Amino acid sequence: MPSDHIVRSFDEELNALHQAVIGMGERSLDQLRAAVAAFASHDGTRAAQVVKGDVEVDAMEQELDARAIRVLALRQPMARDLRQVLSALRIGTEFERISDFAANIAKRALAIGAAPPAELVAEIEVLSGLAGKLLEQVVDAYRSRDASLAMIVWAQDERLDEAYTLTYHRIVFWMQEEAGRVPAGAHLMFIAKNIERIGDHATNIAESIHFQVTGSWLSEPRPKGDTTSSERIAGPA
Amino acid sequence: MARASAHRYRTRAVKNAVALVLSFAATVFGLFWLVWILWTALGRGLAAIKPSLFLEMTPPPGSEGGLLNAFFGSALMCLLAIAIGTPIGIAAGTYLAEYSRRSLFGETVRFLNDILLSAPSIVLGLFVYALLVRPLGHFSGFAGSVALALIVMPVIVRTTDEMLQLVPGPMREAALSLGVPQWKVIVQVLYRSARTGILTGVLLALARISGETAPLLFTALNNQYWSRDLTQPLASVPVVIFQYAMSPYDSWHELAWAGAFMVTLFVLALSLVSRAILLRHKVPS
Amino acid sequence: MNDLSVNTAPVVAGVHAPKMVARALDFYYGDARALRRIGLDIAEKKVTAIIGPSGCGKSTLLRVFNRIYSIYPKLRAEGEVLLDGENILDPRYSLNRLRSRVGMVFQKPLPFPMTIYENVAYGIRHHERLGRGEMDARVEGALRQAALWDEVKEKLQKSALGLSGGQQQRLCIARAVALKPEVLLLDEPTSALDPIATARIEQLIEELETEYTIVIVTHNMQQASRVSDYTAFMYLGDLIEFGETEQIFEHPVQKMTEDYITGRYG
Repeated sequence: MPSDHIVRSFDEELNALHQAVIGMGERSLDQLRAAVAAFASHDGTRAAQVVKGDVEVDAMEQELDARAIRVLALRQPMARDLRQVLSALRIGTEFERISDFAANIAKRALAIGAAPPAELVAEIEVLSGLAGKLLEQVVDAYRSRDASLAMIVWAQDERLDEAYTLTYHRIVFWMQEEAGRVPAGAHLMFIAKNIERIGDHATNIAESIHFQVTGSWLSEPRPKGDTTSSERIAGPA
Repeated sequence: MARASAHRYRTRAVKNAVALVLSFAATVFGLFWLVWILWTALGRGLAAIKPSLFLEMTPPPGSEGGLLNAFFGSALMCLLAIAIGTPIGIAAGTYLAEYSRRSLFGETVRFLNDILLSAPSIVLGLFVYALLVRPLGHFSGFAGSVALALIVMPVIVRTTDEMLQLVPGPMREAALSLGVPQWKVIVQVLYRSARTGILTGVLLALARISGETAPLLFTALNNQYWSRDLTQPLASVPVVIFQYAMSPYDSWHELAWAGAFMVTLFVLALSLVSRAILLRHKVPS
Repeated sequence: MNDLSVNTAPVVAGVHAPKMVARALDFYYGDARALRRIGLDIAEKKVTAIIGPSGCGKSTLLRVFNRIYSIYPKLRAEGEVLLDGENILDPRYSLNRLRSRVGMVFQKPLPFPMTIYENVAYGIRHHERLGRGEMDARVEGALRQAALWDEVKEKLQKSALGLSGGQQQRLCIARAVALKPEVLLLDEPTSALDPIATARIEQLIEELETEYTIVIVTHNMQQASRVSDYTAFMYLGDLIEFGETEQIFEHPVQKMTEDYITGRYG
């Protein structure tokens, strides 16, 4: 535990900021899990709840911003305190985006209904399980200010990317079998992509945590396992 | 360019060395005389520095004796002078510092005080002669004390004024903001702050009057015998020295030198004591 | 300075149930006017900071609140300053009573040349007659409030001049709170102290806030931002803006205020 400031209210403010970020992280994780559960069980009510819940997360981000600005304006934080405040601002944005993606998944779940086949639903669940794990670990890493745990998350995004690539191909294959499947397939594609993006944002958070704790940015580029954007499409047959 | 500045530097270094040598020489020159005076006084008076110096009275011409009555008379008159001059001096100095710091009246008083401070002591003696000796018809130790007090007073006024002005303004404000009235602030806080400086002033005034001769010539005169009567002439060391030095008698010369040495020693001791007090009570900044 | 922006009326957000109120307060050094129609509320049991460049009148204003200026003949104040509704500038308001209700701590730590115990007891003695045990308890209470007790309890009879600068300043605070005032005026209390001693005093101010109304003048606006609930910005004798500290430092209304706190003033 870092040692205390002489002026105790400064510690209290930084602590509250820390807790606010954790709160956002846990909320966005809940949103993701609820969205995918609603998708898997075709539960319209639950999906609608997730969509509404996104408003709360937006409010949490505004409150986080206000707290951070207040600390900057009134406390002149230095060194690790300064890094904490800057990271809180960045990470808050990331969690808010993650929650947006979760709400988007819920919306598409409402649209898609019972259309997708069980094996593709299972694919999505596996994908979301991986993403959820990443998110959970990154929240833990932030909570305990653990840069090495953040690094593990950072490296594991590659696996999520590879799993996404697999799922992408399976969805394409499923759509190619029957033209009528395309609308549903499009939604599935977006859902899968959203999950993959959630993983990316989680690694952004991991980078911020690393910066907050060590003071330096990562020099190597993140390992990417998503090659779908660069695969060439064969012309019309 | 570099060579020009190196040349300038060398010139300055030479000037520095010359100044250093000259000021050192001046110091040695001054010290030399001081040491010689002390040495001479000790040498000439050494023969008379024996217990009888402190046990016997001033002798008739040609005889041996001591300076006891002179030491006593000096001590009595000096102490009385301090007792008269200090309270008046502190009160006046306080008024100047606390109530009259920048007014015309205050500046005038300070100016007059400075004049009194450097007034020739023989003038002061003459003044007291006209005031306390002629009307009463006889010399007295008391008149001598008053003359000495007139020397002490302006010193104390000046010292008190300056020492009180050194106490920072916020200290007064701090005491006043506690609701304490001004006179109490002066007595309980300011005097306490300035007491070391004022004490030093008193000691230095004492050192000065212990060697004053001229004022005593017209006021206390001298007394050959042991006396504790302030209403009559009283012996004092400086006057005895004056009398004995101009005489043709060797025994008197010895006693004069011994007296001179004792007075010098006394002044030296007072200076050292006041310096020690200042050092011990130095306020940490 | 005729360059006041278009909106020259001071922006003064009111305070609910203020402890002290300045109304149409003018202050003169001889013929020179140092404060111009100041109207200010001081909130009870909160910290109000007064900031501004040198010569803006912040220390002058503070010194009106306990009428410490009255010992200097050429200084006078006009207008009203209300303490719990009573005008303290009224010549009939007892200075003695005022100073037992409003205490002051100065910029340079200036303990009296007495023992630590005596320093704290000095003011009390003038106002109250207390037995030995009661006085001991009061002195201990004041030193505890000033977060100094643990450091000096073994050496109460030693001279106060032997303490460090930060300790001396806390002693001056103890001296002021010993009288159990209602308002504490702090005139740049940490400008003579190093950063750690300063931080200790800032923590102390937060602790004292629960019991005392505090007004602090500081030329260090970061200190004002750290420590105060309300901030007043003054310039050349005028009150330019007053409001909650967070508002002043995040989005001040007056351009002059913003220029000052962003360091554009010059």
